[in-house]
Amino acid sequence: MTTANPATTGRQIPDRLGSPAARALKSWEALLLVTAIAIFILNSLASPYFLDPWNLSDATFNFTEKAMIAFAMAMLIVAGEIDLSVGAIIALASTVMGVAMAAGAPTPVLVLLGLGTGLACGAFNGLLVARFGLPSIVVTIGTMSLFRGISYIVLGDGAFTGYPPAFAWFGQGYVVWVITVELVIFALAALAFGILLHRTNFGRMVYAIGNNATAARFSGIRVDRVRFILFLLTGLMSGIAAICLTSRLGSTRPSIASGFELEVVTIVVLGGVSILGGSGTIPGVVLAAFVMGLVTFGLGLLNVPGIVMSIIVGALLIAVIALPRLWRMARGA
Amino acid sequence: MSILRKALTTAAMATALVAGSAQAEDMRIALVVKALGIGFFEAANKGAQEAAAELGGVEIIYTGPTDTTAEGQIEVINSLIAQRVDAIAVSANDTDALVPTLKKAMDRGITVISWDSGVAAEGRQMHLNPSSSALIGNTIIKLAADHLPEGGEVAVLSATTTSTNQNTWIEEMNKVAGNYPDVKVVGTVYGDDLADKSYREAQGLMQTYPDLKAIIAPTSVGIVAAAQAVTDAGKIGQVNVTGLGLPSEMAGHVKSGASKSFAIWNPIDLGYSATMIAYHLAKGDAKAEPGATIPIGRMGEVTLDDNTEAAMADPFTYDASNIDEFSSIF
Repeated sequence: MTTANPATTGRQIPDRLGSPAARALKSWEALLLVTAIAIFILNSLASPYFLDPWNLSDATFNFTEKAMIAFAMAMLIVAGEIDLSVGAIIALASTVMGVAMAAGAPTPVLVLLGLGTGLACGAFNGLLVARFGLPSIVVTIGTMSLFRGISYIVLGDGAFTGYPPAFAWFGQGYVVWVITVELVIFALAALAFGILLHRTNFGRMVYAIGNNATAARFSGIRVDRVRFILFLLTGLMSGIAAICLTSRLGSTRPSIASGFELEVVTIVVLGGVSILGGSGTIPGVVLAAFVMGLVTFGLGLLNVPGIVMSIIVGALLIAVIALPRLWRMARGA
Repeated sequence: MSILRKALTTAAMATALVAGSAQAEDMRIALVVKALGIGFFEAANKGAQEAAAELGGVEIIYTGPTDTTAEGQIEVINSLIAQRVDAIAVSANDTDALVPTLKKAMDRGITVISWDSGVAAEGRQMHLNPSSSALIGNTIIKLAADHLPEGGEVAVLSATTTSTNQNTWIEEMNKVAGNYPDVKVVGTVYGDDLADKSYREAQGLMQTYPDLKAIIAPTSVGIVAAAQAVTDAGKIGQVNVTGLGLPSEMAGHVKSGASKSFAIWNPIDLGYSATMIAYHLAKGDAKAEPGATIPIGRMGEVTLDDNTEAAMADPFTYDASNIDEFSSIF
């Protein structure tokens, strides 16, 4: 350490990739990778059913839909914003698809409506945050009730069922062998968001805004426009997740995807994205999704009660948030 | 390094915690509930364990999500499919959303039944209802008649005018009312399943019918409100409150005498019967088809109707003799 202790001087914009911060991040992903491998090995030792291609394929459903949203959420959190309405967007998008399905719409129309609803919800959130300058946590807590409320008005305690067989492909189909359609969408989304955040000007702007929005604005970045686009992307990914989840469940109920927002944020934070904004990577989020999926599926195979599983995931999350800080304090002391 | 060690220790501890339960037995039956930590389902598990002990060579996997979501139940069922359990008996959080996953389970040779809260017909082999409308209708008037040896006037306090369940039960009750000639049903009022409205409607009944001997409330909200109204009017001993209620909510009124007895399904019997059915179907000595009968141990047997649904038994009666035991359960 040549500079002062960063824990006491506040966040800084890293201007070179060789900085200590970047190295710490790198080691964070390495750590996640090692953890994922360790959990994989432990799982295979603990349960004779773990190392089965079909079982592992089933296990990916535990995280694929949430992880798709997590990529967009990661960029949003890097930019210093958050969207807690993602679960509600899924509910509304699913309801819109259900209404269209009941009216006899074919699969392509359902998909377009799912994407369109996601985008519209994202635009609504983005407008309130970027145009009217409202805090995103307040806006999205509001829209969380609003979007799901509309679903409840439309559906009450009823459900839409009877989606066309072709629609089942998204959530129940396989591309080749055990590789599910959802897993492919997950991989493509990881690639797209990885490039967007780490290889484009837009990605650099997101980091700049997250570190210091005022400075970013003075540097000529159209901060509100970037924020709006990020909410749009989160809405879009929620729409895609809605298509996958609705297809997998084969039905729509207003309670669909309840609690998704917190699980998505958990994956993002576990992936090493700072909840304060300004740092984090997509590969970290990908690894975190696998770690979460492996932990929950492995414990599930051993019939560990969900309550114990929640405790383990909670402990993991607190450890993840606390450890980097302790690490820095130890290094700085 | 310390982070890694911590992660490994956590995982290793989790493994060690549960390693004991992983050994194979002859038949593994999974009892999947709406959510863990609910007294009703813990009691059902007790019944399932009882059935397993009686059958021998059966391991019960009692599991479910932490909150009542279909998505959580699907994760649980996926891991049960992966473990190749012999049977899954599920109380569903969603009639339809579990169907694709349960179909997959059946495709892989797993016996699937639903109990308590059902799954759409294509997602299970049979569904076990705790009781049937006819049995409930008969029980609620019988409970009133049991404590009226000389007969008398009784009135019904229902939920809303549009409550399907309550309307069906009252209809069934009226069908068998002829079997209890001394009991005269003088009227039906609706408390909308709201505590205050039900309370006022019960007060109104006592004023309208001064000779009223019993109030039948086939709703857990109404029965508590009616018992409270009777207590407040100082009519304990004159007006008996009965119907369907929860032991935990009714314990005080049973002790005070405002309610001599009431009924609801017994979750222990339900878990027991579901396990028995799953066992016989998985073993192959019973078939899940319309008209088939399946033995359920000490509970006798059930007969499947055209929708491959079956009713377990009369609702279980709770009174001063057993209320303490059950009020701590649900």
